[in-house]
Amino acid sequence: MIKFPIIRVITKLLIPYILLFAFYVQFHGDYGPGGGFQAGVIFASALILYGLVFGLDAIKRVAPPIVIEKLMAIGVLVYAGTGFATMMLGGNFLDYDVLEHSFNHKYLPGGQHLGIFLVEVGVGITVTSVMTMIFYAFASRSRFV
Amino acid sequence: MNSPALEQAAGLYNYWIVIVLMMTGFYIVLARRNLIKAVIGLNIFQTSVFLLYVTMGKVRGGTAPIIPPEVAEAQAKAMHETGHSEHGTHALGTVSEEIVGAHAAHADLPGADIIYSNPLPSVLMLTAIVVGIATTALALALVVRIREDYGTIEEDRILEIDRADGLPDDDDEDQWIDADTHSLAGSSPDTPTDSESVN
Amino acid sequence: MTEHLPILLIVLPLVAAPLCVILHQRTAAYTLALLVSWITFGISIALVAQVNQTGVIRYNLGGWAPPYGIEYLVDSLSSFVMMFVSGIGAIVLVYAPKSVDDEIARSKHYLFYATYLLCLTGLMGMCVTGDLFNVFVFLEISSLSSYALISLGQTRRAPLAAFQYLIIGSIGATFILIGIGLLYQMTGTLNMADIAARVPQENGPRTVLVAFSFLVIGLCVKMAVFPLHTWLPNAYTYAPSVVTCFIAATATKVSVYAFIRVIFGIITPGFAFDYLPLDTELTILALVGIFVASTAAIYQANVKRLLAYSSVAQIGYMILGISMSTPGGLTAGIVHMFNHALIKGGLFMIVGCFALRLGSVKLDDWKGAGKTMPWTSLGWAIGGLALIGVPVTAGFISKWLLLTAAMEKGMWPVAVLMLLSSLLAVVYVWRVVETLYFSEPTAKVLKAKEAPLGMLIPTYVVLAGTFVFGVWTTYSADLAAAAAAGLLGATP
Repeated sequence: MIKFPIIRVITKLLIPYILLFAFYVQFHGDYGPGGGFQAGVIFASALILYGLVFGLDAIKRVAPPIVIEKLMAIGVLVYAGTGFATMMLGGNFLDYDVLEHSFNHKYLPGGQHLGIFLVEVGVGITVTSVMTMIFYAFASRSRFV
Repeated sequence: MNSPALEQAAGLYNYWIVIVLMMTGFYIVLARRNLIKAVIGLNIFQTSVFLLYVTMGKVRGGTAPIIPPEVAEAQAKAMHETGHSEHGTHALGTVSEEIVGAHAAHADLPGADIIYSNPLPSVLMLTAIVVGIATTALALALVVRIREDYGTIEEDRILEIDRADGLPDDDDEDQWIDADTHSLAGSSPDTPTDSESVN
Repeated sequence: MTEHLPILLIVLPLVAAPLCVILHQRTAAYTLALLVSWITFGISIALVAQVNQTGVIRYNLGGWAPPYGIEYLVDSLSSFVMMFVSGIGAIVLVYAPKSVDDEIARSKHYLFYATYLLCLTGLMGMCVTGDLFNVFVFLEISSLSSYALISLGQTRRAPLAAFQYLIIGSIGATFILIGIGLLYQMTGTLNMADIAARVPQENGPRTVLVAFSFLVIGLCVKMAVFPLHTWLPNAYTYAPSVVTCFIAATATKVSVYAFIRVIFGIITPGFAFDYLPLDTELTILALVGIFVASTAAIYQANVKRLLAYSSVAQIGYMILGISMSTPGGLTAGIVHMFNHALIKGGLFMIVGCFALRLGSVKLDDWKGAGKTMPWTSLGWAIGGLALIGVPVTAGFISKWLLLTAAMEKGMWPVAVLMLLSSLLAVVYVWRVVETLYFSEPTAKVLKAKEAPLGMLIPTYVVLAGTFVFGVWTTYSADLAAAAAAGLLGATP
């Protein structure tokens, strides 16, 4: 691979801010515009940028495909797990109101906040890993095309 | 130039954009000879629908549908006083009336004069965009596999190759290719769709 | 816990799919998929019983009351469709392992089962939801996973068939989305019952007309109604056998269900059939489709493709029943969804058995297989009889109901044409029977063994079902009649 020092340095400078922005969008999602899907795409874009600049092997060391594959599933499980938790607490599926009085308020936000937060975390994890996985799926085949 | 019909047509300019985009995309899908171009056409076609929904949700003079914090607090206080925040299951039809009634009853609340745009169409489109991404990713994954198997993404050429192999419904033994060489790139894009579906 | 059944029906397969990915081990994934599909089947049977006792079940997702929240609604029609879709899904999984071992790379099995469960989720979701946009989302979940499943076929034509299906299917789905959007614009709600109450139908404003046209055409693509069926033969032919069994038996049926919902649940039949001439159009399309597709089936050298064309023809019968919009016709259409799911599922399972032992689905390679694979061949004959509609089989029940409904409505030409079309079915079923029993076996066929019991038993369970439901109609025609009455009576 030809080394482009400017691109490499700029990438290294940019990635922390992209990740930070992703986290902002993720955790601000239950107060304002944002949310798991957008955050996941931004987070994945940082990973993909790293992969584009430093090569597929480098990104696969950072985010091994097998881990990404598991994360893909775990995100969905977090989402569904929130639903099951609300069901166990006596509400309907994804009825966040029942979370209101079930947990200690000192450390955790109230019902709707907590519920949407957990769901968005699940969505964020899944979207990040799926986007990265799609990148892997296409990039790994470059020698054929 | 100032005829009412023309004015009406110009006032609905968003629909004209939607229609032009829709027909462009549809034409590309139908007239395609190249598989990638078909995917692009499909994307344009879907985008026109996103635009249709999003423009539908815009209310003239409406702002972003986020209640300003101070208004929300004042409303919560007022609602608490009248004790009108019941939340539960209602029979169909009564809910809307009740909400409309509640809205009318609190017309004097602070912030009641703010006009909000309708957020729902945008939210629906978020889901539809996710579906669109999944479709595109899956379509591209399939194109990659077709390219590997046939060596081309031109539909005419693929049909020629198929015809050279025999009738389209012939499965000759020598064509049975090793399934192990394909990774299941196509299955991964499905996951985001279902995680967003309940949203 | 019973009040949560409607959501469990969807969430269990939805959760099991990522668990399959986490397990990663193919037997574990298979066991999980099998378990969950049978639990789903059990839940849908429980729902049928519950609906029979207590009437419509409603479930508000997230505790949000409809029209604002998403409402899941189980009535006699949706519980009936869910029952046979999940039943076929469960029994096909019992049948699956040998065939999947043979046709799909081992490293991909866990993904196959995960995708299969996602497809089941989507189909169940389409049945259970009472929210129009949710129908679109679940439709896309099931469609996307079925594209992925079809592309797993062994030949290189499989990805191409999946791609063609994807393009046509996505256009259909986008049409549905446009229709939903325009209906939302007219009514400001997405809840089906709420739309039905609000949509102005009397004079048919142009927006409603356009919305309805988009919805109908989009669903016709998904149902593979005659001129829009072009994706179906390739998709069914090149998909792995197990996938064909499942998708052929369920996917188009669920789209037919959505179509029934749109016509009878959202738009009134009065609007669709009296104000618009949709009934005449559908009748003509259905009849032309039955004849063209049956004739095409006769000339196929590939048995899977033969059955695929036959499926297009059978969809015609369902549409014919629906377009009559009388209790009798609608009952016939609904019960034919059930019967055809059994029959076509069984026949494709037979094809899967032959594909496993003979390594081919071409008719020429099956010559004389009646000698070496007697049970599988007998299975074809049984399924074929049911497909033709011979008395005491399930196919007879639906055709009889359709025939009587047509006569009640005074549609004599339709009745006569239906009988004629059954003759075409006799021809294409007989072609295969003749090849199996009255041809000299080739060397390859002579070496073939009978299909394994693990595949034959589920196949025969399904085929026995066609006889059981050909005689004892409490759980097929009676449920369908109740569903039809519910649709034509006051809509909920």
